[in-house]
Amino acid sequence: MGLQALFFYLFAFIAVASAFMVIAAKNPVYSVLFLILTFFNAAGLFLLTGAEFLAMILLVVYVGAVAVLFLFVVMMLDIDFAELRAGVLEYAPIGALIGMILAAELIVVAGGWAFSPEIAKGIAMPIPAPSERTNTAALGDVLYTHYVYFFQIAGLVLLVAMIGAIVLTLRHRQNIKRQSIPQQVARTPETAVEVVTVKPGQGI
Amino acid sequence: MDAFFSTYVWPTAIMIGQSLLLLVALLLFIAYILLADRKIWAAVQLRRGPNVVGPWGLFQSFADLLKFVFKEPVIPAGANKTIFLLAPLVSVTLALAAWAVIPLNANWVIANVNVGILFVFAISSLEVYGIIMGGWASNSKYPFLGALRSAAQMVSYEVSIGFVIVTVLLCVGSLNLTDIVIAQNDGLGTMLGLPASFLDWHWLSLFPMFIIFFISALAETNRPPFDLPEAESELVAGFMVEYGSTPYMMFMLGEYAAICLMCALTTILFLGGWLPPVDIWILNWVPGIIWFVLKASLVFFMFAMVKAFVPRYRYDQLMRLGWKVFLPLSLAMVVIVAFVLKLMGWA
Repeated sequence: MGLQALFFYLFAFIAVASAFMVIAAKNPVYSVLFLILTFFNAAGLFLLTGAEFLAMILLVVYVGAVAVLFLFVVMMLDIDFAELRAGVLEYAPIGALIGMILAAELIVVAGGWAFSPEIAKGIAMPIPAPSERTNTAALGDVLYTHYVYFFQIAGLVLLVAMIGAIVLTLRHRQNIKRQSIPQQVARTPETAVEVVTVKPGQGI
Repeated sequence: MDAFFSTYVWPTAIMIGQSLLLLVALLLFIAYILLADRKIWAAVQLRRGPNVVGPWGLFQSFADLLKFVFKEPVIPAGANKTIFLLAPLVSVTLALAAWAVIPLNANWVIANVNVGILFVFAISSLEVYGIIMGGWASNSKYPFLGALRSAAQMVSYEVSIGFVIVTVLLCVGSLNLTDIVIAQNDGLGTMLGLPASFLDWHWLSLFPMFIIFFISALAETNRPPFDLPEAESELVAGFMVEYGSTPYMMFMLGEYAAICLMCALTTILFLGGWLPPVDIWILNWVPGIIWFVLKASLVFFMFAMVKAFVPRYRYDQLMRLGWKVFLPLSLAMVVIVAFVLKLMGWA
């Protein structure tokens, strides 16, 4: 148990510290890199609780894809950081207001927290030992068997969002030379090459 | 005190010992695979290749190592020093970290985790960070362009690699790499009544996927013909332009460690890992590790041959191949494999 606690405090401390650095870092590229460190440590925390599938998916999806895009965009921005910082204090009152509202809501929610009587029954249900049922299979059961329609609806929503993004950004410019791949592949030496015998001193 | 030693100290010491052993073996293997790469390339071009240092040039890689280490590291004045030095470290650490879950023989694995294949996939998708960080921190145009290209390229080909892995997982029913190898004990060959042999491995039953995985692995590791991040004719050396001496060597080491990882992964997913090609006593008597290394070396030989005889892709053709050819093909294959498994009752 001691080793687990040690690793928990290690991961948790680095996660919180790097999450703080995400908002404290002056350079946005540093912010994204600290965000990646936070994700990494969150994955470590998932591993400690035994949620190995979630930990790996967090790495693949967030660190391997989403954060790459963040970094991609942030690196290409050419911002004058001093200029960006100058106006920060003007917005401080609004930011403080939003923060206070969020805090008040959190307090209300936490204060009115009560367990529903259903949950006691849920806890009483036997949970299979991790050695019998891997959490990949358990998650698959939940997603693809018990809630398959919700899963498909979520997929459909994402599909609509993707098509929307493509429609918004796709512009087909005229007068551009494009390579037609089938035409290119269909070319043979007979259609593409002409053999000419050139007499010396005359040219073609 | 005894309990403390037996629960914490000894397991940790054994784990560190195993890791170091694997690391040393892997680095030696990489040293010779680098030499093999150069020798094969030379042989295709009717040259001799490196043949001066040691007998037949066998110590060339170690001479190169010494040369890199003793050179002066140069950091450009405008570079972001921290990230500039962090990038090669990230690249080499990640490439070596993935080897923790690779089973080299039955029960020869440092961490036999349930989600081994996902771990390897996650680590190989992180390798792009070394390149992006290096390209950005150099604060120069060529490296930056190289980094952007490679980010797009690696993210694109990860998608098809992911789907290829899914088809294999559908056939196996487990994310554990050891289980994937053991599942290849029986397959198409045994179904026809033959003894267990190389016909059972996934390369035959999932044939187009094997080819797609191989080509995607080339693109994922920035090998020719997909080495656009460092295309010397357009970008000098891409993201590595500003690097020299030890940091450059670490990039190189990370790249070759990633290539070895992809060879090992191809071996595990499609070529039956440590299983002998035919199940007869004389081949079973040969240790599994030898089969594993032989198969991985065979895959690497193909990597090296492709470098020697295929010209470099144009960038738009590369993207087209990834998104318009491999992605639909592998997606269709996932659906087909799932249907076949369900209808035939094999799943």
